[in-house]
Amino acid sequence: MDFKKAEEMLELCESNGISISQAMKMRECSKFETTEEDILNRMQQAWKIMKESAISPTKTAVKSMGGLIGGEAKKLNDHRMAGGSIVGNLMSKAITYSMAVLEVNASMGLIVASPTAGSSGVLPGVMLALQEEYNISDDKIIDGLFNASAIGYLAMQNATVSGAVGGCQAEVGVAAAMAASAATELMGGTPKECTYAASTVIMNMLGLICDPVLGLVEYPCQNRNASGAANALIAAEMSLSGITQMIPLDEMLDCMYNVGRRLPVEFRETAKGGCAITPSACKLCDKCF
Amino acid sequence: MSSISVFDVLGPNMIGPSSSHTAGASSIAYLAWKMAGGSIKHVDFTLYGSFAETYRGHGTDKALLGGILGFKTDDTRIRDSFEIAKKMGVEFQFTTNEIETDVHPNTVDIHIITGDNKTLDVRGESIGGGKCRIVKIDNVPVHFTGEYSAAIIVQKDMPGVIKHIASALSDRDINIAFMRLFREGKHERAYTIVETDSSLPEELKDAIMENKYVEDVMLVQI
Repeated sequence: MDFKKAEEMLELCESNGISISQAMKMRECSKFETTEEDILNRMQQAWKIMKESAISPTKTAVKSMGGLIGGEAKKLNDHRMAGGSIVGNLMSKAITYSMAVLEVNASMGLIVASPTAGSSGVLPGVMLALQEEYNISDDKIIDGLFNASAIGYLAMQNATVSGAVGGCQAEVGVAAAMAASAATELMGGTPKECTYAASTVIMNMLGLICDPVLGLVEYPCQNRNASGAANALIAAEMSLSGITQMIPLDEMLDCMYNVGRRLPVEFRETAKGGCAITPSACKLCDKCF
Repeated sequence: MSSISVFDVLGPNMIGPSSSHTAGASSIAYLAWKMAGGSIKHVDFTLYGSFAETYRGHGTDKALLGGILGFKTDDTRIRDSFEIAKKMGVEFQFTTNEIETDVHPNTVDIHIITGDNKTLDVRGESIGGGKCRIVKIDNVPVHFTGEYSAAIIVQKDMPGVIKHIASALSDRDINIAFMRLFREGKHERAYTIVETDSSLPEELKDAIMENKYVEDVMLVQI
């Protein structure tokens, strides 16, 4: 049992009356000769690491290796706790937790690449915010992670999730598409609606370049993870309200890949363009190490 | 391309900040540690390309040293690998080679002196998403990834050695996933790399060593 395109995945879901998370679990068990119990255990371990990395920096600020970031998650958390949030609890938590994971990552802490280290905040951020705001059980969240991995798998299979190949749209863009699809399933959306949400995110983050200051996975990566989390919630909200997309996910992934390959090399993780060569970023070059 | 698993998407579980510059680096050194039989007295790392340019900010040095101490990619001790290596009496050195550019951008050469004074040279490449491959052993081009358990056999290039290796595996009901032979020249030193679907028992080493042309056997268990 396998699928290589979103279209095939949707057919499989529809003909068997199953969710995307179930389809992905079935694929994993059949392709890799493993049991559902085994993959659930592994996913529980991943979720445990995700949660820990999303929460700890909200309490204690962590300084990054390169020194460009640290303490952002705590600021956001304190701001919300003090009643100052202007975007409401769900959005505030999603961006707080997303930024938190990047703090852990940048300080050599333990994270789950989802799908990459540089985009590892988006999915945990959105999942944990939803869990807390809507009292969703860990078991349901783990289903959400399988749903998300189906979208990530389709991107890896048919496009790329590497910033060096396709820019930030391939990393944070795909991470956000994964989170949007998972959020849609968790909040009662159909498989098709999940792919609409994913498609929307790829569209909204299309063309985003990868331009890390000093070449480090810190800045603007951490900001972009927050932006990815927000984009995921926007797309899920749209899809759950019944808005459909005329460009299906398969076409959006092809489109993203095409755009990515056409990006000049300066905008693909080389730290030779974009934010990385602004005067303020260049001033840091001598100081950082 | 091999099939993509759920845990290739959500994974690896890793010490940050970069799957290629941190997790992939530690995986290369971890494989080298296994190949050296887990005993390291001295290690020199030579970094190329992007590894050479950005290793400090990505903790590539800590990750490499952690790997050579036997720490996996998700081991939080990687952060403190310098202190741990010093405590364990493992000597280490990092140099960069920014002159040689005709290599994969994330390449490292690892020169090891083992506890029993043998030397081992390994070149590894970090190829993205935490994945890596070993591309040279003692200057001979090879190829294996560490995704499977592997036996690396150093032998003289003579008739019958491969048959002997295959029989030893078959006698133990071990299925071969991939098998490759690399040699310096006809009747010179050769390397056989066998990747298998199941784990490899320690006594397999002795069984393969029974052939007079086999010089050394390294088992890399996953």
